[in-house]
Amino acid sequence: MKMPVNPRFHPASAPDYLPRGQRQLLQWQRLQGMVQRAYDHVSLFRERMQGLGMTPQDVRSLEDVPKLPCMLKKDLLEHYPYGLFASPMKDIVRLHASTGTTGKPIVVAYTQEDLQVWANVMVRSFSACGLHAGDIIQNAYGYGMFTGGLGAHYGAEALGATVIPISGGNTQRQLMVMKDFGATAICCTPSYFLHLIEQAPELGFNLRDLPLRTGVFGAEPWTEAMRQRIEAESGIKAYDIYGLSEIIGPGVAMECRCQAGAHIFEDWFYPEIIDLKTGQPLPDGEEGELVLTTLGKQAMPMIRYRTRDITALTSEPCECGRTLRRIQRIGRRSDDMFIIRGVNVYPSQIETALLRVEGTLPHYQIILTREKGLDEVEVQVEVTREVFGDTVGALQQVQRQLGKSIETLTGLRFKTRLVQPQTIQRSEGKAKRVVDRRQM
Amino acid sequence: MKIKQLSLFLENNPGALSRPVRLLAQAGHNILTLSIADTSQFGILRLILRDWEAARDLLEKNGLVVKVTDLVAVGVNDRPGGLAEVLEVVEKAGLNVEYVYALTEKRDGRAILAFRFADPDAALRMLQQHGVNVLAGTDPLAGAEA
Repeated sequence: MKMPVNPRFHPASAPDYLPRGQRQLLQWQRLQGMVQRAYDHVSLFRERMQGLGMTPQDVRSLEDVPKLPCMLKKDLLEHYPYGLFASPMKDIVRLHASTGTTGKPIVVAYTQEDLQVWANVMVRSFSACGLHAGDIIQNAYGYGMFTGGLGAHYGAEALGATVIPISGGNTQRQLMVMKDFGATAICCTPSYFLHLIEQAPELGFNLRDLPLRTGVFGAEPWTEAMRQRIEAESGIKAYDIYGLSEIIGPGVAMECRCQAGAHIFEDWFYPEIIDLKTGQPLPDGEEGELVLTTLGKQAMPMIRYRTRDITALTSEPCECGRTLRRIQRIGRRSDDMFIIRGVNVYPSQIETALLRVEGTLPHYQIILTREKGLDEVEVQVEVTREVFGDTVGALQQVQRQLGKSIETLTGLRFKTRLVQPQTIQRSEGKAKRVVDRRQM
Repeated sequence: MKIKQLSLFLENNPGALSRPVRLLAQAGHNILTLSIADTSQFGILRLILRDWEAARDLLEKNGLVVKVTDLVAVGVNDRPGGLAEVLEVVEKAGLNVEYVYALTEKRDGRAILAFRFADPDAALRMLQQHGVNVLAGTDPLAGAEA
């Protein structure tokens, strides 16, 4: 057996290296318990199974998973707050909620055992990108109802690292603490980290000169271009962590030091990729919607939860030695997409277009408006020192190139507008890439 | 002589111009000359200041995008045909003027014009060879504030 290459191998990471057959046995064992649990305690799931004429006994192997009914975000909203819980309240020790964009949030629950699973996958996540006891982890994910803060917190503690529970926001204080406490790693959204990079010089230092060397970034889709920019400007290694509250929070999948896709902790989360239109399962390597089944969630089992995240699975061996399959970087979500003049557009396409012109990724925002019944898109791009020419002609040229690049990638002609640096609002949570001002 | 010019990107909206100007004022920088090129969406503010390095640092620290360019300062006779004479040389030398503007001060009875050429060093040599009154000395603007 190939031995793990990480010299600081954490024992919790052992399941990362299981031979595939052994892992499948584990998955199968856990899946049976999960399906039975959901059937016994979650009426929505039981009714849907009955509607399909199925009982838990009809699930005879992992191959039967695609026959099971899916769960959707809508289900969580409709059964707000406690309707999908499979444990009595006396066993539930934690609630989290995600902020829905409209109306009520979705609520998720954890038993003591669930929290242990969560800490376990977070330890394995941190360990995968080379963090270990002795690291000082600045946790700038928001603490509270959002799963990011506490998820990373307990994982970092279980790893044996030193946690700075600073939570989100207050940029000046983040930077002061990062420098004075000698943080070696940070957890936050990638867009917020870019904001920290920009603000550090105002406090008279550069992130390059600090002991910081690792970033664990997640909670929003980001691109390879953003990674390159972060790494070039701050001198750290930037790793993608993937997760969602409905499944557990951060720690569903995590990149290893090879930075070649996030390894899904398959022994706890069973992944499938399905075709967006037909809902049929797709083979490894093909892009579609990620569907996840929790294999150990007691309080709130999620069977075939449709994540809306678009990605592909790869089972190619990874150089790190982990046998866990990897998901391709999630650049887009099926619900981030906007439809303009009948064409589906993803912010990641705009990002690629801007990158091609500028070499590095500028801050940008996509503004949707409707004028006289026609949808208009304006892409606002902050002018950077790299593209700022001294003549009007040079700037108009940049503007034209941006427009042309977007047209090449999307097939649509959008307005582009150059704006002053640092005028597009930086978010401390998820970056707001699309502002929809259309009155429907 | 080349002079350093700071160019700033500004959006075309109310208050865009006053912000950098106020920053410079607060730090005690006197603007010797300014010029603005604008379109309906954005503008470029071009400034000549004595302590341009400090001014650049100040503006950049405040989040503005600043570009430093070299201009060629030329003394032009302040009479009809004065500029035409200089431009004749420019034309013969095959130099392309990207833009030009006048400084607010005169020197020895001559108006001072700041020229932007694609290659300021080559332009400087060429103009001197043709006997154009290119301002000499280490600080062509030494008297400009007097």
